[in-house]
Amino acid sequence: MPPSWRRWLLSDAPTSRRQARAARAYLGWIAFSRNPLAMLGLVIFLALLASALFAPALAPLDPVSGDLANRLLAPGGEYWLGTDQQGRDIWSRIIYGSRTTLLIVFMVAVTAAPIGIVIGASAGYLGGWVETVLMRLTDAFLAFPKLVLALAFAAALGSGIENAILAIALTAWPPYARIARAETLAVRGTDYVAAAKLNGASDLRIVLGHIMPMCLPSLIVRVSLDMAGVILIAAGLGFLGLGVAPPQPEWGSMVSEGRSQILEQWWVCTYPGVAIFLVSLGFNLIGDGLRDVLDPREGRDG
Amino acid sequence: MISGRVQSILRTSLSVATTLLGLLLVTFVISRLLPADPVLAIVGDHASESTIAKARHDLGLDKPILTQFAIYLGNVATGDLGKSVRTGRPILRELAHVFPATLELATLGTLIGVVFGIPLGVLAATRKDTMIDHLIRLIGLIGYSVPIFWLGLMGLLVFYAKLDLLPGPGRLDFGYEEMVVPVTGLMTIDTLLAGDVALFGNALAHLILPASLLGYFSLAYISRMTRSLMLGQLRQEYILTARVKGVSEARIVWKHAMGNILVPLLTVVALSYGNLLEGSVLTETVFSWRGLGLYITDSIFGQDLPAVMGGTIAVGAIFIVINMLTDVAYRVLDPRAR
Repeated sequence: MPPSWRRWLLSDAPTSRRQARAARAYLGWIAFSRNPLAMLGLVIFLALLASALFAPALAPLDPVSGDLANRLLAPGGEYWLGTDQQGRDIWSRIIYGSRTTLLIVFMVAVTAAPIGIVIGASAGYLGGWVETVLMRLTDAFLAFPKLVLALAFAAALGSGIENAILAIALTAWPPYARIARAETLAVRGTDYVAAAKLNGASDLRIVLGHIMPMCLPSLIVRVSLDMAGVILIAAGLGFLGLGVAPPQPEWGSMVSEGRSQILEQWWVCTYPGVAIFLVSLGFNLIGDGLRDVLDPREGRDG
Repeated sequence: MISGRVQSILRTSLSVATTLLGLLLVTFVISRLLPADPVLAIVGDHASESTIAKARHDLGLDKPILTQFAIYLGNVATGDLGKSVRTGRPILRELAHVFPATLELATLGTLIGVVFGIPLGVLAATRKDTMIDHLIRLIGLIGYSVPIFWLGLMGLLVFYAKLDLLPGPGRLDFGYEEMVVPVTGLMTIDTLLAGDVALFGNALAHLILPASLLGYFSLAYISRMTRSLMLGQLRQEYILTARVKGVSEARIVWKHAMGNILVPLLTVVALSYGNLLEGSVLTETVFSWRGLGLYITDSIFGQDLPAVMGGTIAVGAIFIVINMLTDVAYRVLDPRAR
């Protein structure tokens, strides 16, 4: 990085809001990059991204249609991680499975966060009985362990990746609603909201344009912290046959497919599990690092 | 002061009641409004119009939705969770039958988590930022990241198939389960009551692997929270005072600091007990452990939606009760919270 950029970033007297923000992000990055475990998490995440983006180049064989003549081959040779009971290359299926994982994580984030923010911001801004009803509903959802509620939703909705995403999103939003409500309560009485109101802005406009944007930063952090959990729940649903429809590769269902031959052909269910573990660990390491940077009180010392 | 306490009890009961109501609203919505059609599940795809209409009427599905919800609440309140589609037996009785298995597993799991998690957390706090601290942190992080169903399979592969140290899935060796007269439903206790030491050993051997698995997850959470609570205490001035007075380090940590974090730690342990209910769903599936979790997943495979909902209500209700008891215990035990 050129020294002039560095000077601009570390200036004691930022001249614009953008400069101050960039400086904060830069300092955060310095702290984050000094944490080797957090950097390991970042590397795992980038590997996941690369695997999803360049799957056709990284996977030597077709992930969906196998060669029955080569079923249940041990790892080695042409098949690095062996083949499954339908003669499909496990390495190729794991590579393509990263797309499923990323898709689920991304879709859950963009579905659950808006549900949470709308419910939380409305409750915080409108107050009164609306707040009571919405927050009681939030508590009711929090009263279930997430996986059990997701199972119930998935059982009622039927299997399939869309339903799995919906089921997970429906269990993931309550913490976001709580955060959004807390942030809303903090800004509801501020002058700029009062000014907007005096200018004749409608409630809808104030919530959408002036309150929700204030909830976003803390919400984004929380969503990123939750991703490891989402991956584990998605894998659990896949393991129980409530995820992606076969023959599409999904790591959880791959473990389940290998379950019946685990004693003789251990590799079929071992390697997909390693993939789930690594990716979930990566997100957890990133989340831990982020927590240290953003909130030193709650982090390693607290 | 008395009226204050009565008020707080009333407030707690009210909040538990509304949360329970919300919980039932959620399960009601799932079972009535989502695509899976309860009528088709009972009469099958090829039923005639009149059969379907009759089943609709029998289930009360032709009544207004609010009336249906009121009837549903009344049924649940009187312990009627409906009948299982697969077996035709009352769901509540089936749940009561499988629950002890989960209780046994989760209790031993929590015990393992406490016995190892608290010392590890204390060790990490007293050796903050050393290799030991990082190692314990990593053990915890792995616990948070590993898919439990996969770890269970790996455990079976290593300890059952390769090393032959532990028995395979199930609560007892094949064929033995009918030999135990169920009294408490807890296999270890029932075998002891029957005075059969060999069978007790068998039950315990079957319990070790799944319980250690759950214990590991509980350990990950408990050690992390213990470390953080302990660090919060060790920074306080009274610790400095004690050190200056020459109190031994072990006494400072285990007596002074531990005494102050015992109550919040109780909350942590209770929460992890609740979390194990969730972990037990997949663990029981892997270990063919006939408990609440396997009941739910079996019911999903059997398209038995009423049974799935019954199991979900049971887990949710247990969760709420654990939270409430913890809340009450906190208030009773911690003078600052009064």
